[in-house]
Parts: sequence; structure tokens; C-alpha cells
Amino acid sequence: MTQSISVKDLTLNFGAVSVLQKMNLDVAEGEFIVLLGPSGCGKSTLLNCLAGLLDITDGQIWIKGKNVTWAEPSERGIGMVFQSYALYPQMTVRGNLSFGLKNARMPAAEIEKRVARAAEILQIGPLLDRKPGALSGGQRQRVAIGRALVRDVDVFLFDEPLSNLDAKLRSELRVEIKRLHERLKNTMVYVTHDQIEALTLADRIAVMKGGVIQQLADPQTIYNRPTNLFVAGFIGSPAMNMLPVKTIDNGRAFQFGSTRIDLAGYDGGAVLERDNAILGVRPEHITIRTEAVPGRTIPAEVEIDEHLGADSLLWLKAEGREMCVRIPVEGRLPSGSQVHLMLDMPKASLFDAKTEQRI
Amino acid sequence: MAETVAKAASPARTNLRSDAMVGPRGAKPRRRLSGRNIMLYGTLIVVSLYYILPLWVMVMTSLKGMPEVRLGNIFAPPVEITFQPWVKAWSEACTGLNCDGLSRGFWNSVLITVPSVILSILVASVNGYALVNWRFKGSDLFFTILIFGSFIPYQVMLYPIVILLREMGIYGTLWGLVLVHTIFGMPILTLLFRNYFSTIPEELFKAARVDGAGFWAIYLRIMLPMSLPIFVVALILQVTGIWNDFLFGVVFTKPDLYPMTVQLNNIVNSVQGVKEYNVNMAATLLTGLVPLVIYFLSGKLFVRGIAAGAVKG
Repeated sequence: MTQSISVKDLTLNFGAVSVLQKMNLDVAEGEFIVLLGPSGCGKSTLLNCLAGLLDITDGQIWIKGKNVTWAEPSERGIGMVFQSYALYPQMTVRGNLSFGLKNARMPAAEIEKRVARAAEILQIGPLLDRKPGALSGGQRQRVAIGRALVRDVDVFLFDEPLSNLDAKLRSELRVEIKRLHERLKNTMVYVTHDQIEALTLADRIAVMKGGVIQQLADPQTIYNRPTNLFVAGFIGSPAMNMLPVKTIDNGRAFQFGSTRIDLAGYDGGAVLERDNAILGVRPEHITIRTEAVPGRTIPAEVEIDEHLGADSLLWLKAEGREMCVRIPVEGRLPSGSQVHLMLDMPKASLFDAKTEQRI
Repeated sequence: MAETVAKAASPARTNLRSDAMVGPRGAKPRRRLSGRNIMLYGTLIVVSLYYILPLWVMVMTSLKGMPEVRLGNIFAPPVEITFQPWVKAWSEACTGLNCDGLSRGFWNSVLITVPSVILSILVASVNGYALVNWRFKGSDLFFTILIFGSFIPYQVMLYPIVILLREMGIYGTLWGLVLVHTIFGMPILTLLFRNYFSTIPEELFKAARVDGAGFWAIYLRIMLPMSLPIFVVALILQVTGIWNDFLFGVVFTKPDLYPMTVQLNNIVNSVQGVKEYNVNMAATLLTGLVPLVIYFLSGKLFVRGIAAGAVKG
């Protein structure tokens, strides 16, 4: 697989503040990569570095086999879509789309052709002679994508493109971006703090925190085998249940409060005996049993039953800890019910409480 | 079943509504001649009279002949309207050796104001744009020093500037004065433009850079079209300031090149012969007319500029 983008030892300091440290990232050609993280984690900063809008302190950036570390943004073969759309308000949609091409002194016929093609792909043909002020949010973002499209570049950079849209439009445009990627097969780097966008769009997700990539993997792996506590807690809604446990019996079981559970089927490294470990189980990886199974179930009491339409969230108290379980609607339970929780051990994650790393 | 329920419910509902309709309804009545209104409008009228009175006196005096002025009824309208004082102020009044009235000063002022305004606004807008979007090492310090300049009283710098201009060989020329006006307009105008440009979203600038636009292309094609209102504000500020300037005009030019304000002063303060109040009044009104006209003309443009800028991108 050829590399489309290659970031080598990228370091960025703002004065004394270090934003990115020795970051390495390789993106394959045609790959859709999502940079995911809370605000201030450096994901937009990284994107701006890729675009050449920020001067980096150290390291290299390669795009399409060319070292573009010192190249101007327009010379890097990238197109960028911004959160606020950033359309030029005084120009028509056509003017917005052709601005970059005119700067590149492209012949008028070619500009016309490219604008027409982008308008066709994004279905903004009827809007070409309007000003951005006369467009809705979704239409503006389409034009913004079109502005990247006409440049006919290898790499698309998206900086939280859907954050300013309402929920319905957001899911519509999300699908459209996915479709665009299927059709164009460009490399896309997409920054977001929305995990749904990340999980649905990405070929690979880079979860970032404090200027460091915590985990870089496909959505399945990120979701099922988070590499540390941060990734585990950041992905998933409602959040993963985190139980403070003690591993015993040479790593064959764990002690949660007064309950002892077998670790049989746990998918990970050598567990050993640890006094401080954290067991993470997602709400959908727990099933409700009415009968106790020794060594397999945890007794719990139902507190609240939240009905979500397709399924329900059951909030319980087990061994003095809040827990959440996702159950089918038919299995709803009144509060105060005594139940037993069975954990799906192969899908659980065990973390060392001190290093916060997955065991 | 449902029908009976609806029927049973409807009388109760009508009752409820008619109850609610009793008492005040519709727009609240207002009394025109309340004590509050009399106080308010009374105060406003008195204050407006206070402000309009000097202008009234000036206009009336400028339309009287000298015999009528000597009667001393400064508030009375002229018995016999004459435009002779205006003609004299414009083209005949003497200052020193020149007896061609204010017209000479008017054209001098135009020759000073036009290039000064254009030059200072151009330089300051590029300054502000660069300070916001193309920040360089020490740009904050640069800006602070620039702003600091506006806190130093002009009088302190007069003599050093005279020497500087003399060394440059442009002391006593119109271009020397234009240069001084341009430089002294810099701090406040740069601040004005910097603050305005910093309200334009940074992403717009970034998008333009990705689109391959350079320093000047972004300034001319992105920033300028979005900044009409602030250019009009700067225009009003500079035209008024430079037209009304007296100090620089009297210090850095020669009698032949004196701007209108300096010449006005010389006409009004000339001690030889009779004090022609009507001519003085006409001359003063003439001098004040230009900023006033600019203000009215560009005021309209100003509003239009704001309206055009209100369409968000």
C-alpha cells in the first residue's frame, strides 16, 4: 500500500507550550482517517499542520511521496473544508468554487468544466449564482466541500465540517461524505469530536489526547479493544462501565466487592494477580439473569429504567457502584428489582489502574 | 360519545373566554400630554435651541450688511439679505499680501487632504491586515509601540519634525504636510483596521490560503470587499481630522500654501481696519462646510456599508 500522507516526528510548540510531540502518522492512499479527541487535544492543530497553515517546529510532512514540510498550502495538493464553511461572502457560489482555480491561472474552459462536475456531484447546480448568505447551512457546507472538490486534489482535509449543522442534516451529510469517499477514493483526513462520525466514517481512527495519538486502529478494534482507559472512556455512549477489581487466582478470576467472577474467555495478555485493576464492560455486553450463576454473575438492584425507543438503558447498583446495561425493550424491569448481571467476558477490557493501559 | 364530551366542554370554554375578554384589551392607550412627556419634550426643545442658536447667529450675521451688523441685534434676521459677505470671504478677503480670499486656502486644503486621506487609509489598512493575519515575530510589540505613538502630544514632536522635513528637503511643501498627516494618522487608523479585520473569521483567511491566494490577493479580493464600513469610518475620521487641522498646517507650510483653517484664522484675526463680522461668519461657515458635506454624503454610504456587511457568510 502506498503512503498518501506521512508525518514524521512532527513537533509543534507555541512558545513554551508544546502542542504536538514527535508525532508519527502514516495514512494509506484512499484511506479515510478520523482524528478524534476532546477539544484541545491537538487534532485540529495537526490538521492545520498538514494543510501548511501552521509552521511546524520540527519534523517532516510528506504528501504523495513529496516532502511538503515547507510548501505553501496551495502547493500541497490538498483541499480543506472548515467548520464555519468559510465561504467568501461577497462572491457567488460559482465565484467561491473557482477562486482557487483562478489563482492557479487555469484556463476558463477548464474552470467551467470542473465547477460543473463538482456541482453535479454535490447537487448544487441550481445554487451556482447565489451568494452564500442566501444558502442554508447544509447547502453552504456542500459548497465548501465543492471548493475542495474542484481542486482535484489527492487529499481532503475536513476540520469538524458537520459541527455547525443540526442533528438531521448532520447525519444526512455524513452519509454523503461517505458516499463521496466511495466515489472519489481520495485520501481523507477528518477531524471531529463526535464519536458517531468517527465510528461510521473512518477506515481507521486516531484517538488523540494531549497532543499524542492514544490509539490508531479501525473502528471495531477501537470500540472493542481500547488500548487504555482514556480511549475506553471516550468512545461509547453511555460510557463503558468501569469496575474497580482485584485479580486473583493467578489471573484466572477477579474479585469485585464481595463477588468473585471467572475471567475465563478474557481476550488479552497475561493478567497475573493485581490489587488495582479496572474492568471495563460496555452496557451492551452485559445480560440480565433472574437466577444467580456462581462465579459468573454479579447481583444488582435496578434503580432507573430509561426507555430509548429501540432499546432501554437500565441503571443499576451493584456492589455499591453505578452500572448501566443496555437491554431490549421487552425485558424492561421495575425499579427495585433484584437481578443478576452476566458479563460477556471476551468483549470486556481489563486495565491496570496505575498505568491505565490495557492488560 | 366523543361528540357529547365535546358539547359538554364547549359551554365551559366559551364562559372561560368571555371572562377573559372583560377588562383591558388591545393596545395600551397612551396620553400625549402627560407630565412626563411635557418634561421630556420641554427639555429636548430647550437643549436643541441651545445648540442651534450659535449657528443661527452665524448664518444671520453672514447675510447682513455691515450697517445692520453694527445695530447689534445679533438674533434678528437680516432686514436686507445680502450675499456680499460670502463673496468677499471666498474671493476678496485679504490675508497678508494675498487678497484672493479663502479660495486659495480651500484649494490648498483639498490638495493636502485628498492625498493624505488616501495614503494614510491605504497604509493603515494594510498594516491592520498584516497585524491580524500575517503575524510575525514581534508583531505585538510593533503594534504596542505604534499605539503608544498616539499618546504623545503632537506639540512635543513639532520641532524634531521640522528638522526632519528640512533634512529631507520637503519642509514647507504640501508633500511634507501630507507625509506628516499620513504618519500621524497611522496609530489610530491601524488600531481601527486591526480590530475590524480581527472580527473577520480566521477560517476565511485559511481557506483563501489553501485556494492559493497570496498576501495581496487575500487583501484585495477577500478582505477589502468585506470591509467597506470600516473604510467609510476611516474616511470620515481622516477627512474631518485633516481638514480641521490647524497646528500642522501653520507649522509645516508657508503662507502661500496655508490650508483653509489657517487662512480663516488670519482673516478673522486681522487687526487692520474695521472688524467685518459678517465676512468672518461667512468665512467660518465656508470652512466648516466641507467636513459637513463629507459627513452627510458618506453617512449614507456608511449605513449602506453596514447593511451590506450584515449578510453573514
